[in-house]
Amino acid sequence: MLKLIGQRLALGLVTLLLASALIFFTTTLLPGDFASAMLGQQATAENTAAIRAELGLDRPVLVRYLDWLSGAAHGDFGNSLASHRPVMEEIRPRLANTFFLAIYAALVAVPLSVFLGIMAAIRQGTVFDRGVNVGALLTISVPEFFLGYLLLMFLAAHYRIFPVLSVVNPSMPLYTRLYVTFLPMITLVLVIVAHMMRMTRASVLQVMASPYIEMAYLKGLPKWRVVVQHALPNALAPIVNVIALNLAYLVVGVVVVERVFVYPGMGQMLVDAVAKRNIPTVLACGLIFAVVFIALNILADVLSIMSNPRLRHPR
Amino acid sequence: MAAVDVKSPVKKSRGIRLFGHRMPLSAQIGFLIIFINLFLMIFAPVLAPYGEGIVPTDMTKWAPPSAEHWLGTDAIGRDILSQLLYGARLSIGLSLLTTIIAFVIGIITGFTAAIMGRWVDVTLSRFADLILSMPTLIFCLVIITVVMAREQGFVDATGVSNAFFEGMVIVLVIGFLYAVPVFRLARAVSMNIVALEYVEAARLRGENIWWVIRREVLPNAVPPLVAEFGLRFCFTFLLIASLSFLGLGIQPPYQDWGSMVNQNAQAIFIGKPQPLFAAGAIAILTIGVNLVVDWLLSIYSRAHGENA
Repeated sequence: MLKLIGQRLALGLVTLLLASALIFFTTTLLPGDFASAMLGQQATAENTAAIRAELGLDRPVLVRYLDWLSGAAHGDFGNSLASHRPVMEEIRPRLANTFFLAIYAALVAVPLSVFLGIMAAIRQGTVFDRGVNVGALLTISVPEFFLGYLLLMFLAAHYRIFPVLSVVNPSMPLYTRLYVTFLPMITLVLVIVAHMMRMTRASVLQVMASPYIEMAYLKGLPKWRVVVQHALPNALAPIVNVIALNLAYLVVGVVVVERVFVYPGMGQMLVDAVAKRNIPTVLACGLIFAVVFIALNILADVLSIMSNPRLRHPR
Repeated sequence: MAAVDVKSPVKKSRGIRLFGHRMPLSAQIGFLIIFINLFLMIFAPVLAPYGEGIVPTDMTKWAPPSAEHWLGTDAIGRDILSQLLYGARLSIGLSLLTTIIAFVIGIITGFTAAIMGRWVDVTLSRFADLILSMPTLIFCLVIITVVMAREQGFVDATGVSNAFFEGMVIVLVIGFLYAVPVFRLARAVSMNIVALEYVEAARLRGENIWWVIRREVLPNAVPPLVAEFGLRFCFTFLLIASLSFLGLGIQPPYQDWGSMVNQNAQAIFIGKPQPLFAAGAIAILTIGVNLVVDWLLSIYSRAHGENA
């Protein structure tokens, strides 16, 4: 098993490296000079040269990539084109905010979806099961910003239970922070809970069809014990896998949700940087998002190996 | 299936059927939603009470829904209903175009990989793995930044407008990125078909690859690909809407549903429902397509001969 996990981790590292290369080389793929294109009408000989020097565009591509990568490994992504301050300095507080929101959402979504999935499996075919399934289909289909604005409209603007803007600052006590970020958290939860819940339900039901479950029933065990103690452990591998994959999806969902609630996170920063064609910041945000996404995908692989006895022993 | 049909011939003729399968209520609702959307999109110029992008003379900002403006007006006094109708053309039209591009690229490369095998397959598959290992929206944003930074040069050279250029970039970038999952599916599906005797026979006859793809593989790969088309359309539609919502997609003077949500966003903070109309339109269409896709998937995952 350790060997298999080691292989996955190595493969993950290679993927990370290739992904960073892909992200970096997209900036060099297109023909023409980057500096003059960025300046557009205001391109003069001097400021084109200045930009070129700032970005280090006079060096060969491969050298630039290695330079950028080794900088990135140390947390140095160069200077932002907009503010001329180090990109990392601007990212750090926002990264913390985004992680806070994502972890908050994950802590609520994971137990909720496993609980709903098991309940739906126990009560298969009942009104509860159908209701949960229809709800899942609806939240899967609907864009994040629709859910977000719907919640804002009713819970913030109309009934004034929650604040309209999710403004946070470092000096805020934890409970205020949790309260202020409640609506964005719920939006993210609604987006990811459906997949996890469906998978929990499906994999529990699949195990429920096996003979040993019938045996457990015939022993006279109550239904919840059969499901929780006998079916769930064997259904765990796909559930754990889907949970990790959906946490990876949080990384993408967070960009839109932050925008809806004007939450000062990395997603907002990335969007602003794209709008201003601020390449160093875009590269840095893109790489960090990709690293988290890939890391969670590797985690999904490793966890499903660990939770499935059949995968522990490679063929 | 036969036994049931003999017993209840009346029931069979009553239900709505497609491809010989009875359509459940959810799929009927899905089709209804899709048809209404297509109808409104095609006849937008006839149906819209006000012209595209025209500011009515009374010019009330954020007017609530009334007999004159069924869904109220937006930040600069435009009729939201008319804009929704015209926005449908861009939203749905561009998503369709993008999905078609993704399918053409994905199917051709997927079938080629399955038939050619060897290094072609390995190279394409590894590349697909790499693209899929990254979050689509993020990668999309990186590419868009890079391409847009060179926008002016291209615009000057060809004479197209900036907004048109940006729209085309988005269509091509998403079309390329979403070709990857289509490639995966097309490859997997055709791998199974290629292993069958009749394909081997055709290849031994000396038919060229293009002929084998078109005449032997494609007809048998159609059912799963149809379901995938619906699903892919949803993803494309939502991704374009999200980009526009972030202010990075369709640019003025063009307007799609996503950018309508973006432009009307401030209204929500003063308790007005304006952005919800366009967001709701996006939600309803995706739900409709998903209902149909769910039904299609349930047909194809069912064993042949079982009752629909």
